[in-house]
Amino acid sequence: MKELMSGNAAIARGAYEAGVKVGVGYPGTPSTETLEIFSKYPDIYAQWSPNEKVALEVGIGASVGGSKVLVTMKHVGVNVAADPLFTLSYTGVNGGLVLLSADDPSMHSSQNEQDNRYYALMAKIPCLEPSDSQEAKDMVASALELSEQFDTPVMLRTTTRVNHSQTMVETTDRQELANKEYIKNPKKYVMTPANARGRRVHVEERLQKLQQYSENSILNKIHWDDTKIGVITSGISYHYVREVLPQASVLKLGMTNPLPAKLIQDFASKVSTLIVVEELDPFLETQIKAMGLAVHGKDMLPNIGELNPRIVAQSFKDNNIEVNEKYHNNEVNLPDADAPTIPPRPPVLCAGCPHRAAFHVLRELNLTVTGDIGCYTLGSLPPLTSMDTCVCMGASVGMAHGMALANPANKDRTVAVIGDSTFLHSGVTGLMDIVYNGGSATVLILDNRTTAMTGHQEHPATGKTLMGEPANEVDLEGLVKSLGVKRVQVVDPIDITKFEQIVKEETAAQEPSVIIARRPCALLNKEPQQPVTLDVNMCMGCRLCLNLGCPAISEKDGVVTLNAIHCNGCELCISVCSQGAIMKGGQNNA
Amino acid sequence: MLKPFDVMLVGVGGQGTLLATKVLSKAAQKKGYDIKVSEIKGMAQRGGSVVSQLRLAEEVNSPLITETGADVILSFEKLEALRWLSYLKPEGTVIINNQEIAPVPVLIGVAEYPGGILEYIKRKVHNSEVIDALDMAVECGNPRTANVVLLGVLAKHMPIERETWEQALEEVVPNKFLEVNQKAFAAGYNL
Ligand SMILES: Cc1ncc(C[n+]2csc(CCOP(=O)(O)OP(=O)(O)O)c2C)c(N)n1
Repeated sequence: MKELMSGNAAIARGAYEAGVKVGVGYPGTPSTETLEIFSKYPDIYAQWSPNEKVALEVGIGASVGGSKVLVTMKHVGVNVAADPLFTLSYTGVNGGLVLLSADDPSMHSSQNEQDNRYYALMAKIPCLEPSDSQEAKDMVASALELSEQFDTPVMLRTTTRVNHSQTMVETTDRQELANKEYIKNPKKYVMTPANARGRRVHVEERLQKLQQYSENSILNKIHWDDTKIGVITSGISYHYVREVLPQASVLKLGMTNPLPAKLIQDFASKVSTLIVVEELDPFLETQIKAMGLAVHGKDMLPNIGELNPRIVAQSFKDNNIEVNEKYHNNEVNLPDADAPTIPPRPPVLCAGCPHRAAFHVLRELNLTVTGDIGCYTLGSLPPLTSMDTCVCMGASVGMAHGMALANPANKDRTVAVIGDSTFLHSGVTGLMDIVYNGGSATVLILDNRTTAMTGHQEHPATGKTLMGEPANEVDLEGLVKSLGVKRVQVVDPIDITKFEQIVKEETAAQEPSVIIARRPCALLNKEPQQPVTLDVNMCMGCRLCLNLGCPAISEKDGVVTLNAIHCNGCELCISVCSQGAIMKGGQNNA
Repeated sequence: MLKPFDVMLVGVGGQGTLLATKVLSKAAQKKGYDIKVSEIKGMAQRGGSVVSQLRLAEEVNSPLITETGADVILSFEKLEALRWLSYLKPEGTVIINNQEIAPVPVLIGVAEYPGGILEYIKRKVHNSEVIDALDMAVECGNPRTANVVLLGVLAKHMPIERETWEQALEEVVPNKFLEVNQKAFAAGYNL
């Protein structure tokens, strides 16, 4: 049957069809839906782990234990999982293991752009790159085969456009396979130096065999046509090339590590001009140059951000190469100089979001906020503008400690702000460090009872698993106390008077402290809330409510309006109104 | 030979562009098109702008429509029509829902919601249509069906028959809401 599927749905389907029994990961755009969709299939097990390192370790265990495994994460997740990954390359697998690395060129939802193909190169493991959903599905099966045949983990490297684009996919039935038997084998699985030296040799031998394999693999395909131009490409770029240069000969690499050197040399010898079209870094280009071949690549194309057919067409045109007629003359004329100015439409904290209350208070207190990643990173944007840093998940906690080390006077002015999922992902160790090393930072955990940013995934403190089973709820208060934090306060941030008081107390304290701002994400509560009412006659236009950046409050020509459809009834605006002009409930809403 | 057709649906998170995209892709599949859909919806729930791109042909390569590539832009909101106008083919059609949703910089008074958007677009684009979809949806019985009213308008511009659209609607929309959505589709189609 043919179905329209996103790349993520196709990967989940591929894992199901190929007999994967265990799926494990940590959410992160653009990878998240893969595991969510996989978890809905019958006869499988799927779970969210607290972070990517744990996820991969669970995956390794499941593989050693004999089952086929899918491990999912976004590109930066692989940084977190890199430690087990590099030694997993040595131990190899028992049941096949596929690691989905979902890269995000152009940073649609990420803090950086990185080309994770280098991880495959560095860990000396195969890398497969699908260009659409059908390939994404098929390559899961190929990856599992390669994994078991060559005793290696395999990276399935996608990009946002492959994960999130929907294309047609032919589905088949699941292959029901028995688990492999676990056989104790310390030389393979206990990586002491002595054993690792043995496996180190296996890694090199394996790489050679994989290279041989790639020379003849159907994963790499040549589309022969006019030989004036020969393009080498992979992933989504393949489709841009076919669209822009329909006459060119194209070597499409489905397997981008290790590279099929002979195939590439052979292809190169038959074309007049060789060009590599790849997104992000010159990963293929550098290696092809090292083969002694003359090749164009990043001298023509950008190494920042996504490519698209326009960008590819423009760079070919600039180099006097004939492109598809459709791209001959595509100057953009509209909107032109007469057009009205277009204000941006940045994402905002939702109406009723508990993070808004917290950042309102932090702004009022004018504190330095070492921030973290989640919905609450939107607190860095106007009008709240109260976050000073955001580096990676968990960084807020260590950085608050570091700020105080740089200058003890910073201490009372600094607070680390971190979400509940992020705290469990990698904030706990930072807090342990503060206590251990005699720091006295204040950590504010914004506990909205979910992983909101990536679409409301469960985590170890929500009391539910990915498969919908009830689970233990991490007791955050108990956890931080056990680390040695004595000052722990729990508060609903919407009570801004009390919350402000607590923040003042804790930042002033000369010992480590934790404030847990607990209030569920506004989107978790599906019950309609009673909107608030503004008495326009009492409003004197002080703008304090507007300064909350709530999407339900607006101003036009000096008149403030509350939108009853958008209002969530959180009543934060009631607390900030200088005139008492906003009231609970009522009918006065515009 | 099926006529290649590139459509963009643009709007603001929460306006129902995702459902409209689903119905449209279903209709295209029924017609026998190869189809690729590209959605960036990461911040859809947080009020950011949302865009769906749908490419229809016998065989589609790139899932992306780029500037000057779209046959039709269906905009659920006025400002978004202007924001994405560079993606319209010179001879393409833009359908605009006559609704204003102020972005936060406007709400907090640091930017202005520009006036004259419709006048500008009418001046510069040969084929434009402005629809009061929200009013029409209210008349049909549910303001949330404005997306399907707009889909009805779009349907007239596409090489897919009305019956095919109606079947697609039936398959995508939950039974409970089907009747009001059918009404909304017809209202847009018959305009
Ligand atoms: C290593 C890594 N993994 C995953 C992500 C994607 N990601 C960013 S923040 C976040 C979790 C946000 O949840 P939480 O901390 O509870 O904050 P909320 O969004 O609920 O406010 C995730 C999964 C990332 N940026 N880095």
